[in-house]
Amino acid sequence: MSIVHWLVVCALVAATWASFAFLALDLGQLFSAEAQLQMWKYVVSFFPPDVSSDYLARVGQGTLETIAISAIGTALATVFGLFIALPAAGRWGALPRGVARLVLNFLRSIPELVWAALMVFAAGLGPFAGTLALAWHTTGVIGRLFAETLENTPPEPTQALRLSGSSPALAFIYGTLPNVVPQLIAYSLYRWEINIRMAAILGVVGAGGLGQLLYFSLSLFQQPQAMTVIIAMLILVVVVDGASAWLRQRLVN
Amino acid sequence: MTREALAIPVRDPAAVPRLLLALGIIILLWPGFKLTEFDPSVLFEERSLDTMARFVGTFFPLESSAEFLRLVARSTLETLAIATAGTALAMLIAWPLALVVTRTLSISRIGPGPGFALGRVARLPARFALMFFRSIPEIVWALIFVRAVGLGPAAGVLAIGVTYGGMLGKVYSEILESNDARPATALLEAGGGRIAAFCYGMWPMALPELVSYSVYRWECAIRASVIMGFVGAGGLGQQMELSMRMLNGGEVSTILLVFLLLVMLADGVSAFLRKVTA
Repeated sequence: MSIVHWLVVCALVAATWASFAFLALDLGQLFSAEAQLQMWKYVVSFFPPDVSSDYLARVGQGTLETIAISAIGTALATVFGLFIALPAAGRWGALPRGVARLVLNFLRSIPELVWAALMVFAAGLGPFAGTLALAWHTTGVIGRLFAETLENTPPEPTQALRLSGSSPALAFIYGTLPNVVPQLIAYSLYRWEINIRMAAILGVVGAGGLGQLLYFSLSLFQQPQAMTVIIAMLILVVVVDGASAWLRQRLVN
Repeated sequence: MTREALAIPVRDPAAVPRLLLALGIIILLWPGFKLTEFDPSVLFEERSLDTMARFVGTFFPLESSAEFLRLVARSTLETLAIATAGTALAMLIAWPLALVVTRTLSISRIGPGPGFALGRVARLPARFALMFFRSIPEIVWALIFVRAVGLGPAAGVLAIGVTYGGMLGKVYSEILESNDARPATALLEAGGGRIAAFCYGMWPMALPELVSYSVYRWECAIRASVIMGFVGAGGLGQQMELSMRMLNGGEVSTILLVFLLLVMLADGVSAFLRKVTA
Protein backbone atom coordinates (compact mmCIF):
# COMPACT_ATOMS: atom_id res chain seq x y z
CA MET A 1 0.00 0.00 0.00
CA SER A 2 1.26 3.40 -0.89
CA ILE A 3 1.14 6.48 1.27
CA VAL A 4 -1.93 7.72 -0.66
CA HIS A 5 -3.83 4.61 0.32
CA TRP A 6 -2.99 5.09 3.97
CA LEU A 7 -4.05 8.72 3.78
CA VAL A 8 -7.37 7.75 2.21
CA VAL A 9 -7.99 5.08 4.84
CA CYS A 10 -7.18 7.53 7.64
CA ALA A 11 -9.47 10.14 6.10
CA LEU A 12 -12.33 7.64 5.82
CA VAL A 13 -11.94 6.51 9.42
CA ALA A 14 -11.80 10.13 10.56
CA ALA A 15 -14.89 11.00 8.50
CA THR A 16 -16.83 8.11 9.99
CA TRP A 17 -15.80 9.02 13.50
CA ALA A 18 -16.65 12.67 12.88
CA SER A 19 -20.08 11.68 11.53
CA PHE A 20 -21.00 9.76 14.65
CA ALA A 21 -19.65 12.57 16.81
CA PHE A 22 -21.52 15.27 14.85
CA LEU A 23 -24.82 13.45 15.09
CA ALA A 24 -24.17 12.91 18.79
CA LEU A 25 -25.32 9.34 18.32
CA ASP A 26 -25.03 7.45 21.52
CA LEU A 27 -24.97 3.90 20.27
CA GLY A 28 -24.59 2.64 23.82
CA GLN A 29 -27.86 4.25 24.77
CA LEU A 30 -29.49 3.17 21.52
CA PHE A 31 -28.73 -0.43 22.33
CA SER A 32 -29.15 -0.24 26.08
CA ALA A 33 -31.28 -2.87 27.80
CA GLU A 34 -34.19 -0.49 28.22
CA ALA A 35 -34.12 0.70 24.61
CA GLN A 36 -33.85 -2.88 23.44
CA LEU A 37 -36.88 -3.87 25.44
CA GLN A 38 -38.86 -0.99 23.97
CA MET A 39 -37.69 -1.82 20.48
CA TRP A 40 -38.66 -5.44 21.00
CA LYS A 41 -42.12 -4.44 22.22
CA TYR A 42 -42.55 -2.26 19.15
CA VAL A 43 -41.46 -5.07 16.83
CA VAL A 44 -43.81 -7.54 18.50
CA SER A 45 -46.73 -5.12 18.14
CA PHE A 46 -46.50 -5.60 14.36
CA PHE A 47 -47.60 -9.22 14.69
CA PRO A 48 -49.85 -10.78 13.73
CA PRO A 49 -50.62 -8.76 10.59
CA ASP A 50 -54.22 -7.67 10.10
CA VAL A 51 -55.81 -10.11 7.65
CA SER A 52 -59.46 -9.20 8.09
CA SER A 53 -61.15 -9.29 4.70
CA ASP A 54 -62.07 -5.63 5.09
CA TYR A 55 -58.51 -4.50 5.40
CA LEU A 56 -57.23 -6.92 2.79
CA ALA A 57 -59.68 -5.37 0.35
CA ARG A 58 -58.29 -1.93 1.14
CA VAL A 59 -54.74 -3.13 0.70
CA GLY A 60 -55.75 -4.76 -2.58
CA GLN A 61 -57.22 -1.46 -3.71
CA GLY A 62 -53.99 0.30 -2.64
CA THR A 63 -51.94 -2.20 -4.62
CA LEU A 64 -54.03 -1.64 -7.74
CA GLU A 65 -53.69 2.11 -7.22
CA THR A 66 -49.90 1.74 -6.92
CA ILE A 67 -49.72 -0.22 -10.16
CA ALA A 68 -52.00 2.29 -11.89
CA ILE A 69 -49.91 5.26 -10.69
CA SER A 70 -46.75 3.67 -12.03
CA ALA A 71 -48.31 2.63 -15.34
CA ILE A 72 -49.97 5.96 -16.11
CA GLY A 73 -46.97 7.93 -14.87
CA THR A 74 -44.64 5.93 -17.11
CA ALA A 75 -47.01 6.16 -20.09
CA LEU A 76 -47.23 9.94 -19.75
CA ALA A 77 -43.47 10.16 -19.39
CA THR A 78 -42.99 8.09 -22.54
CA VAL A 79 -45.12 10.52 -24.56
CA PHE A 80 -43.57 13.67 -23.03
CA GLY A 81 -40.10 12.14 -23.25
CA LEU A 82 -40.43 11.42 -26.95
CA PHE A 83 -41.52 14.99 -27.63
CA ILE A 84 -38.66 16.53 -25.67
CA ALA A 85 -36.19 13.99 -27.07
CA LEU A 86 -36.69 15.33 -30.61
CA PRO A 87 -35.21 18.76 -29.88
CA ALA A 88 -32.78 17.24 -27.35
CA ALA A 89 -31.34 15.04 -30.10
CA GLY A 90 -30.45 18.20 -32.00
CA ARG A 91 -32.99 17.77 -34.78
CA TRP A 92 -34.04 21.40 -34.72
CA GLY A 93 -30.70 23.06 -34.19
CA ALA A 94 -28.33 23.89 -31.38
CA LEU A 95 -30.45 26.29 -29.34
CA PRO A 96 -33.51 24.04 -28.93
CA ARG A 97 -31.09 21.23 -28.18
CA GLY A 98 -29.51 23.14 -25.30
CA VAL A 99 -32.86 24.23 -23.90
CA ALA A 100 -34.36 20.74 -24.14
CA ARG A 101 -31.33 19.21 -22.41
CA LEU A 102 -31.56 21.77 -19.64
CA VAL A 103 -35.24 20.95 -19.12
CA LEU A 104 -34.50 17.22 -19.05
CA ASN A 105 -31.65 17.68 -16.57
CA PHE A 106 -33.87 19.74 -14.33
CA LEU A 107 -36.72 17.21 -14.43
CA ARG A 108 -34.34 14.36 -13.75
CA SER A 109 -32.29 15.84 -10.94
CA ILE A 110 -35.25 16.45 -8.64
CA PRO A 111 -36.07 13.17 -6.91
CA GLU A 112 -39.52 11.62 -7.33
CA LEU A 113 -40.38 12.16 -3.71
CA VAL A 114 -39.68 15.89 -3.88
CA TRP A 115 -41.79 16.10 -7.04
CA ALA A 116 -44.54 14.27 -5.18
CA ALA A 117 -44.41 16.69 -2.28
CA LEU A 118 -44.67 19.59 -4.76
CA MET A 119 -47.46 17.96 -6.76
CA VAL A 120 -49.53 17.44 -3.64
CA PHE A 121 -49.78 21.24 -3.54
CA ALA A 122 -50.80 21.45 -7.19
CA ALA A 123 -53.17 18.51 -7.46
CA GLY A 124 -54.17 17.84 -3.87
CA LEU A 125 -53.66 14.69 -1.82
CA GLY A 126 -54.18 11.45 -3.71
CA PRO A 127 -52.92 9.25 -6.50
CA PHE A 128 -53.05 11.94 -9.17
CA ALA A 129 -50.22 13.83 -7.45
CA GLY A 130 -48.14 10.65 -7.41
CA THR A 131 -48.84 10.02 -11.08
CA LEU A 132 -47.68 13.51 -12.03
CA ALA A 133 -44.59 13.25 -9.82
CA LEU A 134 -43.51 10.01 -11.47
CA ALA A 135 -44.31 11.46 -14.89
CA TRP A 136 -42.03 14.50 -14.40
CA HIS A 137 -39.04 12.64 -13.06
CA THR A 138 -39.38 9.79 -15.55
CA THR A 139 -39.73 12.24 -18.44
CA GLY A 140 -36.31 13.58 -17.51
CA VAL A 141 -34.76 10.12 -17.43
CA ILE A 142 -36.52 8.68 -20.45
CA GLY A 143 -36.15 11.85 -22.56
CA ARG A 144 -32.39 11.68 -22.23
CA LEU A 145 -32.29 7.99 -23.09
CA PHE A 146 -34.60 8.57 -26.08
CA ALA A 147 -32.47 11.49 -27.27
CA GLU A 148 -29.38 9.33 -27.16
CA THR A 149 -31.17 6.58 -29.06
CA LEU A 150 -32.30 9.06 -31.71
CA GLU A 151 -28.77 10.41 -32.05
CA ASN A 152 -27.31 6.95 -32.47
CA THR A 153 -29.78 5.69 -35.03
CA PRO A 154 -28.51 5.56 -38.63
CA PRO A 155 -29.79 8.60 -40.59
CA GLU A 156 -29.76 6.96 -44.02
CA PRO A 157 -33.36 5.66 -44.20
CA THR A 158 -34.71 9.08 -43.22
CA GLN A 159 -32.43 10.84 -45.68
CA ALA A 160 -33.51 8.51 -48.45
CA LEU A 161 -37.15 9.31 -47.76
CA ARG A 162 -36.48 13.04 -47.58
CA LEU A 163 -34.53 12.97 -50.85
CA SER A 164 -37.35 11.16 -52.61
CA GLY A 165 -39.70 13.91 -51.54
CA SER A 166 -41.49 12.90 -48.37
CA SER A 167 -42.32 15.41 -45.69
CA PRO A 168 -40.11 15.63 -42.58
CA ALA A 169 -42.82 14.20 -40.34
CA LEU A 170 -43.46 11.20 -42.59
CA ALA A 171 -39.73 10.66 -43.04
CA PHE A 172 -39.39 10.53 -39.26
CA ILE A 173 -42.34 8.18 -38.81
CA TYR A 174 -41.25 5.72 -41.51
CA GLY A 175 -37.50 6.26 -41.58
CA THR A 176 -36.49 6.71 -37.95
CA LEU A 177 -39.25 5.46 -35.72
CA PRO A 178 -39.24 1.78 -36.82
CA ASN A 179 -35.54 1.61 -36.00
CA VAL A 180 -35.84 3.05 -32.53
CA VAL A 181 -39.20 1.75 -31.31
CA PRO A 182 -37.87 -1.52 -29.82
CA GLN A 183 -35.30 0.45 -27.83
CA LEU A 184 -37.89 2.98 -26.68
CA ILE A 185 -40.21 0.22 -25.51
CA ALA A 186 -37.36 -1.47 -23.66
CA TYR A 187 -36.48 1.75 -21.84
CA SER A 188 -40.11 2.45 -20.93
CA LEU A 189 -40.65 -1.04 -19.53
CA TYR A 190 -37.43 -0.79 -17.56
CA ARG A 191 -38.51 2.53 -16.04
CA TRP A 192 -41.96 1.11 -15.34
CA GLU A 193 -40.37 -1.62 -13.26
CA ILE A 194 -38.49 0.99 -11.22
CA ASN A 195 -41.57 3.17 -10.95
CA ILE A 196 -43.73 0.41 -9.48
CA ARG A 197 -41.34 0.27 -6.56
CA MET A 198 -41.29 4.06 -6.35
CA ALA A 199 -45.09 4.36 -6.54
CA ALA A 200 -45.35 2.06 -3.53
CA ILE A 201 -43.55 4.57 -1.33
CA LEU A 202 -44.56 7.94 -2.80
CA GLY A 203 -47.65 7.79 -0.62
CA VAL A 204 -45.69 8.75 2.48
CA VAL A 205 -45.97 12.37 1.37
CA GLY A 206 -49.66 11.91 0.53
CA ALA A 207 -49.48 10.83 -3.09
CA GLY A 208 -51.70 7.76 -2.90
CA GLY A 209 -51.11 4.05 -3.23
CA LEU A 210 -49.72 1.61 -0.67
CA GLY A 211 -47.40 4.21 0.84
CA GLN A 212 -50.29 6.36 1.95
CA LEU A 213 -51.96 3.39 3.66
CA LEU A 214 -48.68 2.60 5.41
CA TYR A 215 -48.24 6.19 6.52
CA PHE A 216 -51.77 6.34 7.92
CA SER A 217 -51.54 3.08 9.80
CA LEU A 218 -48.12 3.89 11.29
CA SER A 219 -49.29 7.36 12.32
CA LEU A 220 -52.36 5.91 14.01
CA PHE A 221 -50.18 3.30 15.77
CA GLN A 222 -52.00 0.46 14.01
CA GLN A 223 -48.93 -1.72 13.58
CA PRO A 224 -50.76 -4.91 12.51
CA GLN A 225 -52.30 -2.99 9.59
CA ALA A 226 -48.88 -1.52 8.75
CA MET A 227 -47.45 -5.04 8.68
CA THR A 228 -50.11 -6.09 6.16
CA VAL A 229 -49.15 -3.18 3.91
CA ILE A 230 -45.44 -3.97 4.24
CA ILE A 231 -46.11 -7.59 3.28
CA ALA A 232 -48.14 -6.38 0.28
CA MET A 233 -45.20 -4.17 -0.76
CA LEU A 234 -42.79 -7.09 -0.44
CA ILE A 235 -45.05 -9.33 -2.53
CA LEU A 236 -45.41 -6.61 -5.16
CA VAL A 237 -41.65 -6.14 -5.41
CA VAL A 238 -40.94 -9.87 -5.54
CA VAL A 239 -43.62 -10.45 -8.20
CA VAL A 240 -42.38 -7.56 -10.33
CA ASP A 241 -38.77 -8.77 -10.00
CA GLY A 242 -39.75 -12.30 -10.96
CA ALA A 243 -41.95 -11.22 -13.85
CA SER A 244 -39.31 -8.93 -15.29
CA ALA A 245 -36.57 -11.56 -14.99
CA TRP A 246 -38.84 -14.13 -16.65
CA LEU A 247 -39.84 -11.75 -19.45
CA ARG A 248 -36.25 -10.73 -20.08
CA GLN A 249 -35.19 -14.34 -20.33
CA ARG A 250 -38.03 -15.08 -22.75
CA LEU A 251 -37.36 -12.03 -24.90
CA VAL A 252 -33.62 -12.54 -25.04
CA ASN A 253 -33.77 -16.19 -26.06
CA MET B 1 -47.71 5.25 -65.89
CA THR B 2 -49.91 5.75 -62.90
CA ARG B 3 -49.32 4.40 -59.42
CA GLU B 4 -52.14 1.90 -59.85
CA ALA B 5 -50.43 0.43 -62.83
CA LEU B 6 -47.26 -0.16 -60.86
CA ALA B 7 -49.33 -1.68 -58.09
CA ILE B 8 -47.46 0.19 -55.41
CA PRO B 9 -49.54 0.21 -52.25
CA VAL B 10 -50.28 3.84 -51.48
CA ARG B 11 -51.27 3.14 -47.93
CA ASP B 12 -49.06 1.85 -45.16
CA PRO B 13 -49.70 -1.91 -45.05
CA ALA B 14 -48.88 -2.01 -41.34
CA ALA B 15 -51.27 0.80 -40.43
CA VAL B 16 -54.15 -1.37 -39.22
CA PRO B 17 -52.15 -3.63 -36.89
CA ARG B 18 -50.35 -0.59 -35.45
CA LEU B 19 -53.61 1.22 -34.80
CA LEU B 20 -55.06 -1.87 -33.18
CA LEU B 21 -52.00 -2.19 -30.95
CA ALA B 22 -52.24 1.45 -29.90
CA LEU B 23 -55.94 1.03 -29.23
CA GLY B 24 -55.25 -2.09 -27.16
CA ILE B 25 -52.70 -0.24 -25.02
CA ILE B 26 -55.13 2.62 -24.42
CA ILE B 27 -57.89 0.19 -23.42
CA LEU B 28 -55.48 -1.56 -21.05
CA LEU B 29 -54.46 1.73 -19.47
CA TRP B 30 -58.01 3.07 -19.24
CA PRO B 31 -58.86 1.68 -15.77
CA GLY B 32 -55.58 3.20 -14.62
CA PHE B 33 -56.82 6.69 -15.41
CA LYS B 34 -59.86 6.00 -13.21
CA LEU B 35 -57.78 4.54 -10.37
CA THR B 36 -55.34 7.42 -10.30
CA GLU B 37 -58.19 9.94 -10.29
CA PHE B 38 -56.61 11.35 -13.41
CA ASP B 39 -58.03 14.80 -13.95
CA PRO B 40 -55.80 17.55 -15.33
CA SER B 41 -58.57 20.08 -14.78
CA VAL B 42 -57.74 19.97 -11.04
CA LEU B 43 -54.49 21.64 -11.91
CA PHE B 44 -56.30 24.57 -13.44
CA GLU B 45 -58.89 25.08 -10.76
CA GLU B 46 -58.75 28.56 -9.41
CA ARG B 47 -57.96 27.50 -5.88
CA SER B 48 -55.02 25.23 -6.72
CA LEU B 49 -53.75 27.62 -9.39
CA ASP B 50 -53.79 30.33 -6.78
CA THR B 51 -51.88 28.31 -4.19
CA MET B 52 -49.42 27.08 -6.76
CA ALA B 53 -48.86 30.54 -8.26
CA ARG B 54 -48.23 32.02 -4.86
CA PHE B 55 -45.92 29.16 -3.94
CA VAL B 56 -43.96 29.06 -7.20
CA GLY B 57 -43.84 32.86 -7.26
CA THR B 58 -41.85 32.77 -4.04
CA PHE B 59 -39.25 30.37 -5.51
CA PHE B 60 -37.26 33.35 -6.71
CA PRO B 61 -35.27 35.02 -5.39
CA LEU B 62 -33.52 32.29 -3.43
CA GLU B 63 -33.56 32.69 0.31
CA SER B 64 -30.04 33.78 1.25
CA SER B 65 -30.22 35.33 4.68
CA ALA B 66 -27.20 34.45 6.80
CA GLU B 67 -29.36 32.83 9.41
CA PHE B 68 -31.08 30.50 6.94
CA LEU B 69 -27.81 29.67 5.20
CA ARG B 70 -26.35 28.64 8.54
CA LEU B 71 -29.35 26.39 9.08
CA VAL B 72 -28.93 24.86 5.62
CA ALA B 73 -25.21 24.35 6.16
CA ARG B 74 -25.93 22.49 9.37
CA SER B 75 -28.55 20.33 7.66
CA THR B 76 -26.14 19.60 4.82
CA LEU B 77 -23.48 18.45 7.26
CA GLU B 78 -26.11 16.40 9.01
CA THR B 79 -27.10 14.74 5.72
CA LEU B 80 -23.46 13.93 4.97
CA ALA B 81 -22.99 12.57 8.47
CA ILE B 82 -26.16 10.45 8.26
CA ALA B 83 -25.01 8.96 4.96
CA THR B 84 -21.49 8.27 6.23
CA ALA B 85 -22.52 6.86 9.60
CA GLY B 86 -25.31 4.88 7.93
CA THR B 87 -22.91 3.34 5.42
CA ALA B 88 -20.49 2.47 8.23
CA LEU B 89 -23.30 0.77 10.14
CA ALA B 90 -24.36 -1.01 6.94
CA MET B 91 -20.86 -2.45 6.59
CA LEU B 92 -20.95 -3.66 10.19
CA ILE B 93 -24.19 -5.47 9.39
CA ALA B 94 -23.11 -6.64 5.94
CA TRP B 95 -19.68 -8.15 6.60
CA PRO B 96 -20.55 -10.89 9.10
CA LEU B 97 -23.58 -11.92 7.05
CA ALA B 98 -21.60 -11.83 3.79
CA LEU B 99 -18.88 -14.04 5.27
CA VAL B 100 -21.54 -16.49 6.42
CA VAL B 101 -23.39 -16.73 3.11
CA THR B 102 -20.35 -16.84 0.81
CA ARG B 103 -20.29 -20.43 -0.39
CA THR B 104 -16.67 -20.41 -1.49
CA LEU B 105 -15.63 -19.70 2.13
CA SER B 106 -17.53 -22.64 3.52
CA ILE B 107 -15.39 -25.26 5.25
CA SER B 108 -18.16 -27.80 5.55
CA ARG B 109 -18.72 -27.61 1.80
CA ILE B 110 -15.29 -29.09 1.07
CA GLY B 111 -15.99 -32.67 1.89
CA PRO B 112 -18.65 -35.02 3.15
CA GLY B 113 -17.86 -34.04 6.71
CA PRO B 114 -20.28 -34.04 9.61
CA GLY B 115 -21.17 -30.34 9.25
CA PHE B 116 -22.22 -30.49 5.61
CA ALA B 117 -25.99 -30.35 6.05
CA LEU B 118 -25.73 -28.07 9.07
CA GLY B 119 -23.67 -25.52 7.14
CA ARG B 120 -26.24 -25.45 4.41
CA VAL B 121 -29.06 -24.87 6.86
CA ALA B 122 -27.12 -22.17 8.71
CA ARG B 123 -26.67 -20.15 5.54
CA LEU B 124 -30.41 -19.94 4.92
CA PRO B 125 -31.39 -17.60 7.77
CA ALA B 126 -28.48 -15.30 6.92
CA ARG B 127 -29.60 -15.20 3.30
CA PHE B 128 -33.16 -14.56 4.41
CA ALA B 129 -32.07 -11.72 6.73
CA LEU B 130 -30.16 -10.03 3.91
CA MET B 131 -33.15 -10.34 1.61
CA PHE B 132 -35.54 -9.02 4.24
CA PHE B 133 -33.32 -6.01 5.06
CA ARG B 134 -32.96 -4.88 1.48
CA SER B 135 -36.46 -5.65 0.19
CA ILE B 136 -38.15 -3.09 2.43
CA PRO B 137 -37.45 0.37 1.00
CA GLU B 138 -35.28 2.64 3.12
CA ILE B 139 -38.02 5.19 3.56
CA VAL B 140 -40.28 2.55 5.10
CA TRP B 141 -37.50 1.57 7.49
CA ALA B 142 -37.12 5.28 8.27
CA LEU B 143 -40.85 5.62 9.00
CA ILE B 144 -40.61 2.68 11.37
CA PHE B 145 -37.43 3.85 13.10
CA VAL B 146 -38.76 7.37 13.52
CA ARG B 147 -41.52 5.85 15.60
CA ALA B 148 -39.15 3.52 17.44
CA VAL B 149 -36.30 5.91 18.33
CA GLY B 150 -37.93 9.30 17.76
CA LEU B 151 -37.54 12.06 15.18
CA GLY B 152 -34.02 12.93 14.13
CA PRO B 153 -30.88 11.64 12.48
CA ALA B 154 -30.66 8.43 14.54
CA ALA B 155 -33.64 7.02 12.62
CA GLY B 156 -31.97 7.91 9.32
CA VAL B 157 -28.70 6.25 10.27
CA LEU B 158 -30.50 3.07 11.36
CA ALA B 159 -32.65 2.99 8.22
CA ILE B 160 -29.66 3.35 5.91
CA GLY B 161 -27.71 0.86 8.01
CA VAL B 162 -30.39 -1.82 7.72
CA THR B 163 -31.35 -1.37 4.04
CA TYR B 164 -27.83 -0.90 2.75
CA GLY B 165 -26.57 -3.62 5.08
CA GLY B 166 -28.81 -6.00 3.18
CA MET B 167 -27.68 -4.72 -0.20
CA LEU B 168 -23.97 -4.59 0.64
CA GLY B 169 -24.05 -8.06 2.23
CA LYS B 170 -25.57 -9.59 -0.87
CA VAL B 171 -23.23 -7.82 -3.26
CA TYR B 172 -20.12 -8.49 -1.13
CA SER B 173 -20.82 -12.20 -1.15
CA GLU B 174 -21.53 -12.10 -4.90
CA ILE B 175 -18.23 -10.33 -5.53
CA LEU B 176 -16.37 -12.83 -3.36
CA GLU B 177 -18.01 -15.76 -5.11
CA SER B 178 -17.35 -14.39 -8.58
CA ASN B 179 -13.64 -14.05 -7.92
CA ASP B 180 -11.18 -16.89 -8.40
CA ALA B 181 -11.91 -19.23 -5.50
CA ARG B 182 -8.76 -21.34 -5.79
CA PRO B 183 -6.48 -19.42 -3.36
CA ALA B 184 -9.15 -19.45 -0.66
CA THR B 185 -9.98 -23.10 -1.30
CA ALA B 186 -6.30 -24.00 -1.08
CA LEU B 187 -6.02 -22.27 2.27
CA LEU B 188 -9.18 -23.94 3.57
CA GLU B 189 -8.07 -27.38 2.39
CA ALA B 190 -4.69 -26.90 4.01
CA GLY B 191 -6.47 -26.39 7.30
CA GLY B 192 -6.81 -22.60 7.42
CA GLY B 193 -9.80 -20.98 9.07
CA ARG B 194 -12.57 -19.12 7.32
CA ILE B 195 -11.29 -15.68 8.35
CA ALA B 196 -7.73 -16.48 7.33
CA ALA B 197 -8.88 -17.81 3.98
CA PHE B 198 -10.84 -14.65 3.45
CA CYS B 199 -8.02 -12.30 4.49
CA TYR B 200 -5.27 -13.96 2.48
CA GLY B 201 -7.15 -15.73 -0.30
CA MET B 202 -9.89 -13.31 -1.28
CA TRP B 203 -9.43 -9.82 0.13
CA PRO B 204 -6.41 -8.83 -1.99
CA MET B 205 -8.11 -9.73 -5.28
CA ALA B 206 -11.59 -8.51 -4.48
CA LEU B 207 -10.62 -5.25 -2.81
CA PRO B 208 -11.00 -2.80 -5.72
CA GLU B 209 -14.45 -4.11 -6.57
CA LEU B 210 -15.55 -4.10 -2.94
CA VAL B 211 -14.36 -0.54 -2.46
CA SER B 212 -15.95 0.73 -5.61
CA TYR B 213 -19.31 -0.78 -4.76
CA SER B 214 -19.19 0.52 -1.19
CA VAL B 215 -18.36 4.02 -2.40
CA TYR B 216 -21.21 3.85 -4.88
CA ARG B 217 -23.57 2.91 -2.05
CA TRP B 218 -22.31 5.86 0.01
CA GLU B 219 -23.23 8.09 -2.89
CA CYS B 220 -26.72 6.56 -3.00
CA ALA B 221 -26.96 6.98 0.77
CA ILE B 222 -26.58 10.76 0.41
CA ARG B 223 -29.54 10.92 -1.94
CA ALA B 224 -31.49 8.54 0.28
CA SER B 225 -30.79 10.51 3.44
CA VAL B 226 -32.18 13.66 1.84
CA ILE B 227 -35.36 11.81 0.93
CA MET B 228 -35.72 10.17 4.31
CA GLY B 229 -35.75 13.59 5.90
CA PHE B 230 -39.27 13.97 4.53
CA VAL B 231 -40.54 11.49 7.10
CA GLY B 232 -38.59 13.13 9.91
CA ALA B 233 -35.23 11.39 9.79
CA GLY B 234 -33.16 14.59 9.91
CA GLY B 235 -30.91 16.33 7.41
CA LEU B 236 -31.72 18.48 4.39
CA GLY B 237 -34.95 16.63 3.63
CA GLN B 238 -36.48 17.52 6.95
CA GLN B 239 -35.56 21.15 6.38
CA MET B 240 -37.11 21.03 2.90
CA GLU B 241 -40.29 19.47 4.26
CA LEU B 242 -40.57 22.26 6.84
CA SER B 243 -40.06 24.96 4.21
CA MET B 244 -42.64 23.35 1.92
CA ARG B 245 -45.16 23.16 4.70
CA MET B 246 -44.73 26.85 5.30
CA LEU B 247 -45.09 27.44 1.53
CA ASN B 248 -41.76 29.26 1.59
CA GLY B 249 -40.60 28.81 -2.02
CA GLY B 250 -37.36 30.78 -1.63
CA GLU B 251 -36.18 28.39 1.07
CA VAL B 252 -37.25 25.37 -0.97
CA SER B 253 -35.29 26.49 -4.02
CA THR B 254 -32.18 27.24 -1.93
CA ILE B 255 -32.34 23.76 -0.43
CA LEU B 256 -32.92 22.17 -3.85
CA LEU B 257 -29.85 23.97 -5.19
CA VAL B 258 -27.75 22.81 -2.23
CA PHE B 259 -29.05 19.28 -2.76
CA LEU B 260 -27.98 19.31 -6.42
CA LEU B 261 -24.53 20.64 -5.47
CA LEU B 262 -24.23 17.97 -2.79
CA VAL B 263 -25.08 15.20 -5.25
CA MET B 264 -22.51 16.55 -7.70
CA LEU B 265 -19.90 16.76 -4.94
CA ALA B 266 -20.61 13.19 -3.87
CA ASP B 267 -20.26 12.14 -7.49
CA GLY B 268 -16.81 13.76 -7.66
CA VAL B 269 -15.62 12.36 -4.33
CA SER B 270 -16.73 8.86 -5.24
CA ALA B 271 -15.04 9.06 -8.64
CA PHE B 272 -11.84 10.17 -6.90
CA LEU B 273 -11.99 7.40 -4.30
CA ARG B 274 -12.56 4.79 -6.99
CA LYS B 275 -9.61 6.08 -9.01
CA VAL B 276 -7.29 6.07 -6.01
CA THR B 277 -8.15 2.51 -4.99
CA ALA B 278 -8.39 1.00 -8.45
